Amino acid sequence: MASVILQAEGLKRHFGGLKAVDGVDLALNAGEIHALIGPNGAGKTTLVSLLSGRQVPDAGAIRFDGTDITRLPAHERVRRGIGYTFQITAIYAGLSVFDNLALAVQRGHTRDLSRAVTEAAARVGLEDLLPQIAGTLSYGHQRLLEIGMGLALHPRLLILDEPTQGFAAGEIEGFMALVRGLVPATTVLLIEHNMDVVMALAERITVLDQGRVLASGLPAEIRANRAVQDAYLGGSHAGD
Amino acid sequence: MRALSLHLAVLALLLALHFVLPAYHHANLARIMVLAVFAMGYNIAFGYTGLLSLGHALFLSAGMFGAGLLIQHFGLTAAPALLIGTLAGAAMAALTGLLALRTAGVSLMIVTLMFAQAGYLTLLYFGAVTGGDEGFPVPAAGRVAFGLNLAAEGPRYLVALGLFALALMGNLALVRSRFGRVMVAMRENEERSRMLGYNPFAVKLGVMVLSGLYAGAAGAFYGVMFGYVGATFATIPYSILPLLYVLLGGAGVTLGPLLGAVLMFYLIDLASSHTTAQLAVTGGALLVLVLFAPKGILGSLRERGLASWLP
Repeated sequence: MASVILQAEGLKRHFGGLKAVDGVDLALNAGEIHALIGPNGAGKTTLVSLLSGRQVPDAGAIRFDGTDITRLPAHERVRRGIGYTFQITAIYAGLSVFDNLALAVQRGHTRDLSRAVTEAAARVGLEDLLPQIAGTLSYGHQRLLEIGMGLALHPRLLILDEPTQGFAAGEIEGFMALVRGLVPATTVLLIEHNMDVVMALAERITVLDQGRVLASGLPAEIRANRAVQDAYLGGSHAGD
Repeated sequence: MRALSLHLAVLALLLALHFVLPAYHHANLARIMVLAVFAMGYNIAFGYTGLLSLGHALFLSAGMFGAGLLIQHFGLTAAPALLIGTLAGAAMAALTGLLALRTAGVSLMIVTLMFAQAGYLTLLYFGAVTGGDEGFPVPAAGRVAFGLNLAAEGPRYLVALGLFALALMGNLALVRSRFGRVMVAMRENEERSRMLGYNPFAVKLGVMVLSGLYAGAAGAFYGVMFGYVGATFATIPYSILPLLYVLLGGAGVTLGPLLGAVLMFYLIDLASSHTTAQLAVTGGALLVLVLFAPKGILGSLRERGLASWLP
Protein backbone atom coordinates (compact mmCIF):
# COMPACT_ATOMS: atom_id res chain seq x y z
CA MET A 1 0.00 0.00 0.00
CA ALA A 2 1.47 3.29 -1.10
CA SER A 3 1.73 6.04 1.50
CA VAL A 4 -0.95 8.68 1.47
CA ILE A 5 0.44 12.19 0.98
CA LEU A 6 -2.83 14.10 1.12
CA GLN A 7 -5.98 13.05 2.88
CA ALA A 8 -9.24 14.97 2.98
CA GLU A 9 -12.10 13.84 5.18
CA GLY A 10 -15.68 15.05 5.19
CA LEU A 11 -14.93 18.31 3.39
CA LYS A 12 -17.90 20.63 3.12
CA ARG A 13 -18.31 24.01 1.55
CA HIS A 14 -21.77 25.48 1.07
CA PHE A 15 -22.69 28.76 -0.56
CA GLY A 16 -26.11 29.59 0.83
CA GLY A 17 -28.31 26.76 -0.37
CA LEU A 18 -25.75 25.52 -2.90
CA LYS A 19 -23.78 22.55 -1.60
CA ALA A 20 -20.69 23.01 -3.77
CA VAL A 21 -18.70 20.44 -1.82
CA ASP A 22 -20.79 18.22 0.41
CA GLY A 23 -18.82 15.71 2.45
CA VAL A 24 -15.95 14.72 0.21
CA ASP A 25 -13.30 12.17 1.21
CA LEU A 26 -10.19 12.04 -0.94
CA ALA A 27 -6.85 10.30 -0.51
CA LEU A 28 -3.88 10.89 -2.79
CA ASN A 29 -1.09 8.30 -2.81
CA ALA A 30 2.42 9.68 -2.94
CA GLY A 31 3.81 9.62 -6.45
CA GLU A 32 0.59 8.94 -8.35
CA ILE A 33 -1.24 10.89 -10.99
CA HIS A 34 -4.76 11.25 -9.69
CA ALA A 35 -7.44 12.77 -11.86
CA LEU A 36 -10.46 14.62 -10.56
CA ILE A 37 -13.34 14.68 -13.02
CA GLY A 38 -17.01 15.47 -13.04
CA PRO A 39 -19.59 17.45 -14.99
CA ASN A 40 -19.61 21.24 -14.86
CA GLY A 41 -20.77 22.45 -11.47
CA ALA A 42 -19.79 19.19 -9.78
CA GLY A 43 -17.63 21.08 -7.28
CA LYS A 44 -14.18 20.32 -8.70
CA THR A 45 -12.92 23.89 -8.56
CA THR A 46 -14.32 24.45 -5.06
CA LEU A 47 -12.74 21.23 -3.83
CA VAL A 48 -9.38 22.26 -5.27
CA SER A 49 -9.75 25.69 -3.65
CA LEU A 50 -10.22 23.97 -0.31
CA LEU A 51 -7.17 21.77 -0.84
CA SER A 52 -4.96 24.66 -1.90
CA GLY A 53 -6.20 26.96 0.85
CA ARG A 54 -7.87 29.57 -1.33
CA GLN A 55 -11.11 28.83 0.53
CA VAL A 56 -11.79 27.59 4.05
CA PRO A 57 -14.02 24.53 4.47
CA ASP A 58 -17.20 24.74 6.54
CA ALA A 59 -16.44 21.28 7.90
CA GLY A 60 -13.93 18.50 7.46
CA ALA A 61 -10.18 18.16 7.72
CA ILE A 62 -7.21 18.06 5.36
CA ARG A 63 -3.94 16.37 6.23
CA PHE A 64 -0.83 16.80 4.12
CA ASP A 65 2.09 14.51 4.82
CA GLY A 66 0.68 13.71 8.25
CA THR A 67 0.08 17.33 9.33
CA ASP A 68 -3.31 18.94 9.70
CA ILE A 69 -3.34 21.86 7.25
CA THR A 70 -7.07 22.61 7.35
CA ARG A 71 -6.57 26.09 8.82
CA LEU A 72 -3.30 26.99 7.13
CA PRO A 73 -3.43 29.95 4.73
CA ALA A 74 -2.68 29.26 1.08
CA HIS A 75 0.84 30.68 1.05
CA GLU A 76 1.81 28.43 3.97
CA ARG A 77 0.57 25.40 2.09
CA VAL A 78 2.63 26.39 -0.93
CA ARG A 79 5.66 26.58 1.33
CA ARG A 80 4.97 23.09 2.58
CA GLY A 81 4.94 21.78 -0.95
CA ILE A 82 1.47 22.12 -2.43
CA GLY A 83 1.86 23.80 -5.81
CA TYR A 84 -1.11 25.09 -7.74
CA THR A 85 -1.60 26.21 -11.32
CA PHE A 86 -4.58 28.33 -12.17
CA GLN A 87 -7.42 27.25 -14.41
CA ILE A 88 -7.63 30.73 -15.87
CA THR A 89 -4.10 31.71 -16.73
CA ALA A 90 -2.84 33.95 -13.95
CA ILE A 91 0.62 34.90 -15.07
CA TYR A 92 1.97 38.40 -14.46
CA ALA A 93 1.09 39.82 -17.87
CA GLY A 94 3.13 42.99 -17.45
CA LEU A 95 6.35 41.25 -16.42
CA SER A 96 8.86 39.36 -18.52
CA VAL A 97 8.84 35.58 -18.76
CA PHE A 98 12.08 35.68 -16.76
CA ASP A 99 10.50 37.61 -13.89
CA ASN A 100 7.43 35.37 -13.89
CA LEU A 101 9.55 32.28 -13.47
CA ALA A 102 12.01 33.98 -11.14
CA LEU A 103 9.19 34.73 -8.71
CA ALA A 104 8.60 31.01 -8.39
CA VAL A 105 12.26 29.95 -8.57
CA GLN A 106 13.54 32.41 -5.96
CA ARG A 107 11.27 30.85 -3.36
CA GLY A 108 13.90 28.13 -3.19
CA HIS A 109 16.61 30.66 -2.19
CA THR A 110 18.61 29.75 -5.27
CA ARG A 111 22.08 31.27 -5.50
CA ASP A 112 22.38 31.41 -9.27
CA LEU A 113 18.93 32.73 -10.09
CA SER A 114 19.38 33.25 -13.81
CA ARG A 115 20.64 29.70 -14.36
CA ALA A 116 17.81 28.23 -12.32
CA VAL A 117 15.26 30.33 -14.23
CA THR A 118 16.68 29.18 -17.56
CA GLU A 119 16.35 25.57 -16.39
CA ALA A 120 12.77 26.17 -15.25
CA ALA A 121 11.99 27.72 -18.65
CA ALA A 122 13.57 24.80 -20.48
CA ARG A 123 11.27 22.33 -18.71
CA VAL A 124 8.31 23.88 -20.51
CA GLY A 125 10.20 24.87 -23.65
CA LEU A 126 10.19 28.63 -23.07
CA GLU A 127 13.94 29.15 -22.71
CA ASP A 128 14.14 31.27 -25.87
CA LEU A 129 11.39 33.63 -24.73
CA LEU A 130 12.80 34.77 -21.38
CA PRO A 131 12.99 38.52 -22.13
CA GLN A 132 9.52 38.67 -23.68
CA ILE A 133 6.68 40.35 -21.79
CA ALA A 134 4.44 37.50 -20.68
CA GLY A 135 1.22 39.19 -21.78
CA THR A 136 2.43 39.19 -25.39
CA LEU A 137 2.96 35.42 -25.52
CA SER A 138 0.58 33.20 -27.47
CA TYR A 139 -2.15 31.61 -25.37
CA GLY A 140 -0.53 28.19 -25.48
CA HIS A 141 2.77 29.66 -24.31
CA GLN A 142 0.99 31.50 -21.50
CA ARG A 143 -0.49 28.17 -20.37
CA LEU A 144 2.99 26.63 -20.46
CA LEU A 145 4.37 29.52 -18.45
CA GLU A 146 1.63 29.03 -15.88
CA ILE A 147 2.56 25.37 -15.57
CA GLY A 148 6.26 26.24 -15.58
CA MET A 149 5.72 28.51 -12.59
CA GLY A 150 3.96 25.72 -10.74
CA LEU A 151 6.79 23.29 -11.54
CA ALA A 152 9.47 25.80 -10.55
CA LEU A 153 8.16 25.68 -6.99
CA HIS A 154 9.35 22.05 -6.93
CA PRO A 155 6.14 21.03 -5.17
CA ARG A 156 5.63 17.63 -3.60
CA LEU A 157 2.01 17.80 -4.71
CA LEU A 158 1.14 19.69 -7.87
CA ILE A 159 -2.49 20.61 -8.49
CA LEU A 160 -3.12 21.20 -12.18
CA ASP A 161 -6.48 22.90 -12.71
CA GLU A 162 -7.60 22.23 -16.30
CA PRO A 163 -4.08 22.55 -17.67
CA THR A 164 -4.76 21.57 -21.28
CA GLN A 165 -7.45 24.16 -21.85
CA GLY A 166 -6.42 26.15 -24.90
CA PHE A 167 -3.67 23.76 -26.00
CA ALA A 168 -3.36 22.70 -29.62
CA ALA A 169 -3.34 18.94 -30.28
CA GLY A 170 0.43 18.85 -30.68
CA GLU A 171 0.97 20.71 -27.45
CA ILE A 172 -1.09 18.16 -25.51
CA GLU A 173 1.37 15.37 -26.39
CA GLY A 174 4.26 17.40 -25.00
CA PHE A 175 2.26 18.26 -21.90
CA MET A 176 1.45 14.62 -21.19
CA ALA A 177 5.12 13.66 -21.48
CA LEU A 178 5.95 16.50 -19.07
CA VAL A 179 3.45 15.30 -16.46
CA ARG A 180 4.58 11.69 -16.76
CA GLY A 181 8.11 12.88 -16.08
CA LEU A 182 7.06 14.47 -12.79
CA VAL A 183 6.02 11.27 -11.02
CA PRO A 184 6.94 9.64 -8.74
CA ALA A 185 9.00 12.53 -7.31
CA THR A 186 5.90 14.72 -7.40
CA THR A 187 2.31 13.69 -6.79
CA VAL A 188 -0.08 15.16 -9.35
CA LEU A 189 -3.74 16.02 -8.88
CA LEU A 190 -5.16 16.67 -12.31
CA ILE A 191 -8.49 18.41 -12.88
CA GLU A 192 -9.26 17.85 -16.52
CA HIS A 193 -12.14 17.89 -18.96
CA ASN A 194 -10.32 16.19 -21.79
CA MET A 195 -11.11 12.48 -21.25
CA ASP A 196 -8.33 11.31 -23.57
CA VAL A 197 -5.79 13.08 -21.39
CA VAL A 198 -7.36 11.72 -18.21
CA MET A 199 -7.46 8.12 -19.43
CA ALA A 200 -3.92 8.31 -20.78
CA LEU A 201 -2.37 9.88 -17.69
CA ALA A 202 -4.31 9.01 -14.57
CA GLU A 203 -3.50 6.04 -12.39
CA ARG A 204 -6.56 6.66 -10.28
CA ILE A 205 -9.65 8.74 -10.90
CA THR A 206 -12.15 10.35 -8.55
CA VAL A 207 -15.48 11.41 -9.99
CA LEU A 208 -17.43 14.23 -8.39
CA ASP A 209 -21.08 14.91 -8.96
CA GLN A 210 -23.19 17.51 -7.17
CA GLY A 211 -20.55 18.05 -4.51
CA ARG A 212 -20.14 14.38 -3.61
CA VAL A 213 -17.79 11.60 -4.62
CA LEU A 214 -19.66 9.44 -7.11
CA ALA A 215 -16.89 6.92 -7.64
CA SER A 216 -13.17 6.50 -7.11
CA GLY A 217 -10.84 3.89 -8.56
CA LEU A 218 -8.73 2.72 -11.47
CA PRO A 219 -9.50 4.15 -14.92
CA ALA A 220 -10.94 0.83 -16.09
CA GLU A 221 -13.27 0.68 -13.09
CA ILE A 222 -14.43 4.23 -13.65
CA ARG A 223 -15.04 3.55 -17.31
CA ALA A 224 -17.17 0.52 -16.41
CA ASN A 225 -19.08 2.29 -13.64
CA ARG A 226 -22.70 2.64 -14.58
CA ALA A 227 -23.46 5.59 -12.30
CA VAL A 228 -20.51 7.50 -13.77
CA GLN A 229 -21.66 6.82 -17.29
CA ASP A 230 -25.10 8.10 -16.47
CA ALA A 231 -24.00 11.19 -14.62
CA TYR A 232 -21.07 12.22 -16.69
CA LEU A 233 -19.49 10.23 -19.48
CA GLY A 234 -22.74 9.41 -21.21
CA GLY A 235 -24.04 12.94 -20.94
CA SER A 236 -20.85 14.49 -22.14
CA HIS A 237 -20.44 12.07 -25.04
CA ALA A 238 -24.01 12.56 -26.11
CA GLY A 239 -23.29 16.27 -26.34
CA ASP A 240 -20.25 15.80 -28.63
CA MET B 1 24.63 49.08 -16.38
CA ARG B 2 22.82 51.79 -18.31
CA ALA B 3 20.49 52.37 -15.38
CA LEU B 4 23.35 52.60 -12.89
CA SER B 5 25.18 55.10 -15.12
CA LEU B 6 22.09 57.25 -15.41
CA HIS B 7 21.59 57.31 -11.64
CA LEU B 8 25.21 58.24 -11.03
CA ALA B 9 24.99 60.92 -13.73
CA VAL B 10 21.94 62.45 -12.04
CA LEU B 11 23.81 62.56 -8.73
CA ALA B 12 26.85 64.10 -10.45
CA LEU B 13 24.62 66.73 -12.03
CA LEU B 14 23.10 67.59 -8.66
CA LEU B 15 26.61 67.96 -7.24
CA ALA B 16 27.66 70.17 -10.14
CA LEU B 17 24.60 72.37 -9.62
CA HIS B 18 25.85 73.04 -6.09
CA PHE B 19 28.65 75.13 -7.57
CA VAL B 20 26.76 76.99 -10.28
CA LEU B 21 23.19 77.62 -9.10
CA PRO B 22 22.17 81.10 -7.92
CA ALA B 23 21.31 81.28 -4.23
CA TYR B 24 17.54 81.17 -4.72
CA HIS B 25 17.50 78.02 -6.82
CA HIS B 26 20.26 76.49 -4.73
CA ALA B 27 18.06 76.75 -1.64
CA ASN B 28 15.05 75.44 -3.57
CA LEU B 29 16.90 72.40 -4.82
CA ALA B 30 18.05 71.46 -1.31
CA ARG B 31 14.41 71.52 -0.27
CA ILE B 32 13.34 69.59 -3.37
CA MET B 33 15.87 66.83 -2.77
CA VAL B 34 14.54 66.19 0.73
CA LEU B 35 10.96 66.24 -0.55
CA ALA B 36 12.02 63.84 -3.30
CA VAL B 37 13.23 61.40 -0.64
CA PHE B 38 9.75 61.60 0.88
CA ALA B 39 8.23 60.92 -2.54
CA MET B 40 10.67 58.05 -3.15
CA GLY B 41 9.36 56.40 -0.02
CA TYR B 42 5.86 56.95 -1.30
CA ASN B 43 6.83 55.47 -4.66
CA ILE B 44 8.08 52.28 -2.98
CA ALA B 45 4.61 51.76 -1.52
CA PHE B 46 2.44 53.15 -4.30
CA GLY B 47 4.48 52.91 -7.49
CA TYR B 48 6.07 49.52 -6.99
CA THR B 49 3.74 47.69 -4.61
CA GLY B 50 0.42 49.33 -5.51
CA LEU B 51 -0.40 50.50 -1.97
CA LEU B 52 -2.33 53.73 -2.35
CA SER B 53 -1.87 55.50 0.98
CA LEU B 54 -3.26 58.89 1.85
CA GLY B 55 -1.55 58.95 5.22
CA HIS B 56 2.10 59.51 4.51
CA ALA B 57 2.04 62.92 6.24
CA LEU B 58 1.85 60.89 9.45
CA PHE B 59 5.21 59.24 8.75
CA LEU B 60 6.76 62.51 7.58
CA SER B 61 5.67 64.29 10.74
CA ALA B 62 6.68 61.32 12.92
CA GLY B 63 10.20 61.83 11.61
CA MET B 64 10.05 65.58 11.93
CA PHE B 65 8.63 65.68 15.46
CA GLY B 66 10.68 62.67 16.51
CA ALA B 67 13.85 64.58 15.72
CA GLY B 68 12.57 68.06 16.61
CA LEU B 69 11.10 67.23 20.02
CA LEU B 70 14.26 65.42 21.11
CA ILE B 71 16.35 68.46 20.22
CA GLN B 72 13.87 70.90 21.73
CA HIS B 73 13.08 69.14 24.99
CA PHE B 74 16.04 66.83 25.63
CA GLY B 75 18.83 68.86 24.08
CA LEU B 76 19.93 66.10 21.71
CA THR B 77 22.39 66.97 18.95
CA ALA B 78 21.39 66.67 15.31
CA ALA B 79 22.97 63.31 14.46
CA PRO B 80 21.17 61.08 17.00
CA ALA B 81 17.99 63.10 16.62
CA LEU B 82 17.99 62.55 12.84
CA LEU B 83 18.56 58.85 13.31
CA ILE B 84 15.80 58.48 15.88
CA GLY B 85 13.44 60.61 13.79
CA THR B 86 14.05 58.38 10.78
CA LEU B 87 13.29 55.28 12.84
CA ALA B 88 10.18 56.97 14.26
CA GLY B 89 8.84 57.24 10.71
CA ALA B 90 9.41 53.52 10.17
CA ALA B 91 7.86 52.62 13.53
CA MET B 92 4.79 54.74 12.85
CA ALA B 93 4.43 53.08 9.44
CA ALA B 94 4.73 49.64 11.02
CA LEU B 95 2.01 50.46 13.52
CA THR B 96 -0.25 51.95 10.86
CA GLY B 97 0.44 49.06 8.49
CA LEU B 98 -0.37 46.40 11.07
CA LEU B 99 -3.89 47.80 11.31
CA ALA B 100 -4.50 49.45 7.93
CA LEU B 101 -3.14 46.66 5.71
CA ARG B 102 -6.06 44.47 6.64
CA THR B 103 -7.81 46.59 4.04
CA ALA B 104 -6.94 47.28 0.41
CA GLY B 105 -7.79 49.67 -2.38
CA VAL B 106 -10.17 52.49 -1.53
CA SER B 107 -10.56 51.27 2.06
CA LEU B 108 -6.81 51.49 2.52
CA MET B 109 -6.88 55.09 1.28
CA ILE B 110 -9.57 56.00 3.78
CA VAL B 111 -8.04 54.15 6.72
CA THR B 112 -4.59 55.66 6.17
CA LEU B 113 -6.18 59.09 5.79
CA MET B 114 -7.94 58.64 9.14
CA PHE B 115 -4.73 57.56 10.83
CA ALA B 116 -2.96 60.64 9.52
CA GLN B 117 -5.78 62.88 10.71
CA ALA B 118 -5.66 61.24 14.13
CA GLY B 119 -1.93 61.95 14.20
CA TYR B 120 -2.49 65.58 13.25
CA LEU B 121 -5.14 66.07 15.93
CA THR B 122 -2.88 64.41 18.49
CA LEU B 123 -0.17 66.95 17.68
CA LEU B 124 -2.68 69.75 18.23
CA TYR B 125 -4.03 68.20 21.43
CA PHE B 126 -0.59 68.08 23.00
CA GLY B 127 0.10 71.62 21.89
CA ALA B 128 2.00 72.43 25.09
CA VAL B 129 4.72 70.01 23.97
CA THR B 130 4.43 70.11 20.18
CA GLY B 131 3.81 73.80 19.73
CA GLY B 132 0.35 73.06 18.35
CA ASP B 133 -0.65 75.06 15.29
CA GLU B 134 2.36 77.31 15.45
CA GLY B 135 5.00 74.65 15.80
CA PHE B 136 8.44 75.65 17.02
CA PRO B 137 11.80 76.67 15.61
CA VAL B 138 14.56 74.10 16.04
CA PRO B 139 17.27 75.52 18.37
CA ALA B 140 20.47 76.42 16.53
CA ALA B 141 22.55 74.14 18.76
CA GLY B 142 20.56 71.16 17.56
CA ARG B 143 21.21 71.86 13.89
CA VAL B 144 24.87 70.88 13.88
CA ALA B 145 25.76 67.36 12.81
CA PHE B 146 29.33 66.06 12.65
CA GLY B 147 30.65 69.62 12.72
CA LEU B 148 28.45 70.66 9.79
CA ASN B 149 26.11 73.55 10.42
CA LEU B 150 22.92 72.47 8.67
CA ALA B 151 21.54 75.98 8.97
CA ALA B 152 24.17 77.22 6.49
CA GLU B 153 23.39 77.07 2.76
CA GLY B 154 26.46 75.13 1.59
CA PRO B 155 26.51 72.24 4.08
CA ARG B 156 22.73 72.04 3.92
CA TYR B 157 22.74 71.41 0.19
CA LEU B 158 25.47 68.81 0.46
CA VAL B 159 23.74 67.00 3.32
CA ALA B 160 20.49 67.02 1.34
CA LEU B 161 22.38 65.60 -1.63
CA GLY B 162 24.00 62.96 0.58
CA LEU B 163 20.62 61.88 1.93
CA PHE B 164 19.13 61.91 -1.55
CA ALA B 165 22.00 59.88 -2.99
CA LEU B 166 21.71 57.27 -0.26
CA ALA B 167 17.96 57.06 -0.72
CA LEU B 168 18.19 56.84 -4.52
CA MET B 169 20.84 54.15 -4.61
CA GLY B 170 19.01 52.26 -1.88
CA ASN B 171 15.85 52.51 -3.96
CA LEU B 172 17.66 51.23 -7.03
CA ALA B 173 19.13 48.28 -5.13
CA LEU B 174 15.74 47.52 -3.63
CA VAL B 175 13.82 47.39 -6.89
CA ARG B 176 16.51 45.20 -8.46
CA SER B 177 16.51 42.79 -5.55
CA ARG B 178 14.43 39.66 -5.18
CA PHE B 179 12.23 41.47 -2.70
CA GLY B 180 11.74 44.22 -5.28
CA ARG B 181 10.45 41.63 -7.71
CA VAL B 182 7.97 40.41 -5.09
CA MET B 183 6.81 43.99 -4.48
CA VAL B 184 5.89 44.37 -8.15
CA ALA B 185 4.29 40.92 -8.11
CA MET B 186 1.99 42.07 -5.29
CA ARG B 187 0.99 45.09 -7.34
CA GLU B 188 0.36 43.06 -10.48
CA ASN B 189 -1.51 40.08 -8.99
CA GLU B 190 -1.75 39.51 -5.27
CA GLU B 191 -3.63 36.22 -5.48
CA ARG B 192 -1.09 34.76 -7.88
CA SER B 193 1.70 35.81 -5.55
CA ARG B 194 0.01 34.11 -2.64
CA MET B 195 -0.12 30.90 -4.66
CA LEU B 196 3.62 31.17 -5.18
CA GLY B 197 4.00 31.05 -1.40
CA TYR B 198 4.34 34.76 -0.62
CA ASN B 199 2.43 36.12 2.35
CA PRO B 200 0.84 39.31 0.99
CA PHE B 201 0.40 40.87 4.43
CA ALA B 202 4.02 40.33 5.42
CA VAL B 203 5.33 41.69 2.12
CA LYS B 204 3.13 44.77 2.26
CA LEU B 205 3.99 45.42 5.89
CA GLY B 206 7.69 45.26 5.03
CA VAL B 207 7.07 47.73 2.20
CA MET B 208 5.20 50.09 4.52
CA VAL B 209 8.08 50.07 6.98
CA LEU B 210 10.60 50.86 4.23
CA SER B 211 8.33 53.57 2.91
CA GLY B 212 7.96 54.99 6.43
CA LEU B 213 11.73 54.91 6.86
CA TYR B 214 12.13 57.15 3.81
CA ALA B 215 9.33 59.45 4.93
CA GLY B 216 10.72 59.61 8.47
CA ALA B 217 14.19 60.47 7.19
CA ALA B 218 12.75 63.20 4.96
CA GLY B 219 10.74 64.64 7.85
CA ALA B 220 13.64 64.58 10.31
CA PHE B 221 16.10 66.18 7.86
CA TYR B 222 13.56 68.73 6.65
CA GLY B 223 12.84 69.89 10.20
CA VAL B 224 16.46 70.08 11.26
CA MET B 225 17.80 71.54 8.01
CA PHE B 226 15.20 74.24 7.60
CA GLY B 227 14.83 74.87 11.32
CA TYR B 228 11.11 74.57 11.75
CA VAL B 229 8.86 71.82 13.08
CA GLY B 230 5.11 72.24 12.81
CA ALA B 231 1.81 70.39 12.66
CA THR B 232 1.21 71.75 9.13
CA PHE B 233 3.44 68.91 7.93
CA ALA B 234 0.94 66.42 9.34
CA THR B 235 -1.99 67.79 7.33
CA ILE B 236 -3.67 66.18 4.33
CA PRO B 237 -1.85 68.25 1.68
CA TYR B 238 1.42 66.66 2.80
CA SER B 239 -0.08 63.22 2.23
CA ILE B 240 -1.16 64.20 -1.26
CA LEU B 241 2.05 65.98 -2.21
CA PRO B 242 4.18 62.83 -2.65
CA LEU B 243 1.36 61.24 -4.63
CA LEU B 244 1.40 64.22 -7.01
CA TYR B 245 5.18 64.12 -7.37
CA VAL B 246 5.11 60.41 -8.13
CA LEU B 247 2.20 60.68 -10.56
CA LEU B 248 3.90 63.51 -12.40
CA GLY B 249 7.40 62.07 -12.55
CA GLY B 250 6.42 58.45 -13.07
CA ALA B 251 5.08 55.85 -10.66
CA GLY B 252 7.25 52.77 -10.36
CA VAL B 253 10.32 54.52 -11.78
CA THR B 254 13.22 55.25 -9.41
CA LEU B 255 13.86 58.72 -10.83
CA GLY B 256 10.18 59.60 -11.07
CA PRO B 257 9.91 61.21 -7.61
CA LEU B 258 12.84 63.58 -8.22
CA LEU B 259 11.56 64.69 -11.61
CA GLY B 260 8.04 65.10 -10.25
CA ALA B 261 9.26 67.06 -7.22
CA VAL B 262 11.36 69.45 -9.34
CA LEU B 263 8.59 70.10 -11.85
CA MET B 264 5.78 70.46 -9.32
CA PHE B 265 7.86 72.67 -7.04
CA TYR B 266 8.68 75.08 -9.85
CA LEU B 267 5.21 74.91 -11.33
CA ILE B 268 3.75 76.07 -8.02
CA ASP B 269 6.56 78.60 -7.60
CA LEU B 270 5.99 80.02 -11.08
CA ALA B 271 2.21 80.05 -10.77
CA SER B 272 2.23 81.78 -7.40
CA SER B 273 4.29 84.65 -8.78
CA HIS B 274 1.54 85.37 -11.34
CA THR B 275 -1.64 84.44 -9.53
CA THR B 276 -2.92 83.61 -6.09
CA ALA B 277 -4.75 80.63 -7.57
CA GLN B 278 -1.61 78.51 -7.85
CA LEU B 279 -3.49 75.44 -6.67
CA ALA B 280 -5.80 75.75 -9.68
CA VAL B 281 -2.73 75.66 -11.92
CA THR B 282 -1.50 72.55 -10.13
CA GLY B 283 -4.90 70.97 -10.53
CA GLY B 284 -4.96 71.81 -14.22
CA ALA B 285 -1.53 70.33 -14.73
CA LEU B 286 -2.61 67.14 -13.04
CA LEU B 287 -5.72 66.92 -15.15
CA VAL B 288 -3.65 67.16 -18.32
CA LEU B 289 -1.29 64.57 -16.92
CA VAL B 290 -3.96 62.04 -16.01
CA LEU B 291 -5.61 62.48 -19.41
CA PHE B 292 -2.53 62.29 -21.60
CA ALA B 293 0.20 60.58 -19.60
CA PRO B 294 -1.39 58.58 -16.77
CA LYS B 295 1.90 56.81 -16.05
CA GLY B 296 3.73 60.08 -15.48
CA ILE B 297 6.55 61.44 -17.59
CA LEU B 298 9.16 58.72 -17.11
CA GLY B 299 6.49 56.02 -16.88
CA SER B 300 5.11 57.02 -20.28
CA LEU B 301 8.59 57.10 -21.79
CA ARG B 302 9.22 53.61 -20.49
CA GLU B 303 5.88 52.33 -21.70
CA ARG B 304 6.43 53.63 -25.21
CA GLY B 305 9.69 51.75 -25.38
CA LEU B 306 11.84 54.88 -25.41
CA ALA B 307 13.48 53.90 -22.15
CA SER B 308 12.24 50.41 -21.41
CA TRP B 309 15.36 49.77 -19.33
CA LEU B 310 14.44 52.35 -16.66
CA PRO B 311 14.21 50.53 -13.31
